[in-house]
Amino acid sequence: MNNTDSINEDKIVLKVYRENRGQKSGAHYDRFEVPYKKWTTVLDALLYVKSYNDPSIAIRYSCRMAMCGSCGMKINGIPRLACYTKISELETSTIECEPLSNFPIIRDLVTDFSLFFNHHKDIQPYIQSNEGVETDTEKKTFSFYQSPEDVDRYLQFSYCIKCGLCNSACPTAGTDLRFPGPQALAQLYRYYADTRDESKKRLDIVDDRHGIWRCHFAGSCSKVCPKGVDPALGIQLLRSYMLGISKDNKELAKKIEINTDKDNNSN
Amino acid sequence: MEEIEQPSRNNLEGLKGWLNPSRYGWERISYWFQRLTGVFLLLYFIGHVYETSTIVNGQNAWESFLELTQTVWGHLFLILVIGACTFHSANGIRLIFTHSGIGLGTPGRPDYPYSPSSLNYRQKSGIWIALILSAAAMYYGFNILFGE
Repeated sequence: MNNTDSINEDKIVLKVYRENRGQKSGAHYDRFEVPYKKWTTVLDALLYVKSYNDPSIAIRYSCRMAMCGSCGMKINGIPRLACYTKISELETSTIECEPLSNFPIIRDLVTDFSLFFNHHKDIQPYIQSNEGVETDTEKKTFSFYQSPEDVDRYLQFSYCIKCGLCNSACPTAGTDLRFPGPQALAQLYRYYADTRDESKKRLDIVDDRHGIWRCHFAGSCSKVCPKGVDPALGIQLLRSYMLGISKDNKELAKKIEINTDKDNNSN
Repeated sequence: MEEIEQPSRNNLEGLKGWLNPSRYGWERISYWFQRLTGVFLLLYFIGHVYETSTIVNGQNAWESFLELTQTVWGHLFLILVIGACTFHSANGIRLIFTHSGIGLGTPGRPDYPYSPSSLNYRQKSGIWIALILSAAAMYYGFNILFGE
């Protein structure tokens, strides 16, 4: 191997989508040559370009370790986290970075998650109690007994980091803005399956022609999920409950009242 | 600088999204085939109703319309109908099971490298069975229509 080969091996071309509607500049790609090592991620490469080539590139990122879900983008046509995608794993000499599909573009690679989070809020993503524990005037607090099996029913779905990759890959989310998307539907199942949740009306939220029935099980959401959440599984299980094929025989978690302030004072 | 077409405000993939099934594995290809064959069979059904309705205009009108299907292209079209019908039915049965939560595995604690249980070997086998059945039905139809 000569020197020229080794130099070529260490560099890739980063093709970055650029668009700034505020300045009414047309959409285009800019190309940058970026050096890389085997551990370099696409996010590292983008930050290199921002540091040494063009500081005006807009990207959103935070934790750099696939925990915050900020740096989702389409890399070589597939939704991925930039911090979780190594350049060496892509095995291409040109890497194309584009904003996530099905999310309005704010600028360059940054997309607007307002609708995505609205869908998430719509499914009421919190434990609900019929007794109104949170609003109890006596401020009673409880601990819930859950067996490991109870936890396994929903734990997988609680790993969602709301990165939006699943909604970007979903063909239905790409044609219907009112469809909640795999993220929200899987989160609905996460709370539905939780034995601490007593809500009886949760399923009604998505029992709509733009709701769960529009999922056709393309499976792309589960394919691109970087955390192993498997939204397609949650959606199909939820649907089986709604169709009455799976019986809703959830036994609510046993509540144990724990010491109140008054009790603590007396102790 | 490489100029490209600016996407719509909502940046939806739209039909372009499902017309390109190559990025997300066999499940997405199966989804694409299911929709494609569904639309194709709907159009065929409308055409078929029109075709059979020509009988009200008498035997001559019926027979002259029927001759259209007795050509090589007519036979090839019918072979496509057979294939589409078989795939749509077989894959549809698989989807009835999955929509009922059957054959998907159970939720569990995911371990890296993540392998979604909903995209398990049962689903892939179901897709392949639908494809093989479809090919076999088309082969059988070919032998009937073009055989001596």
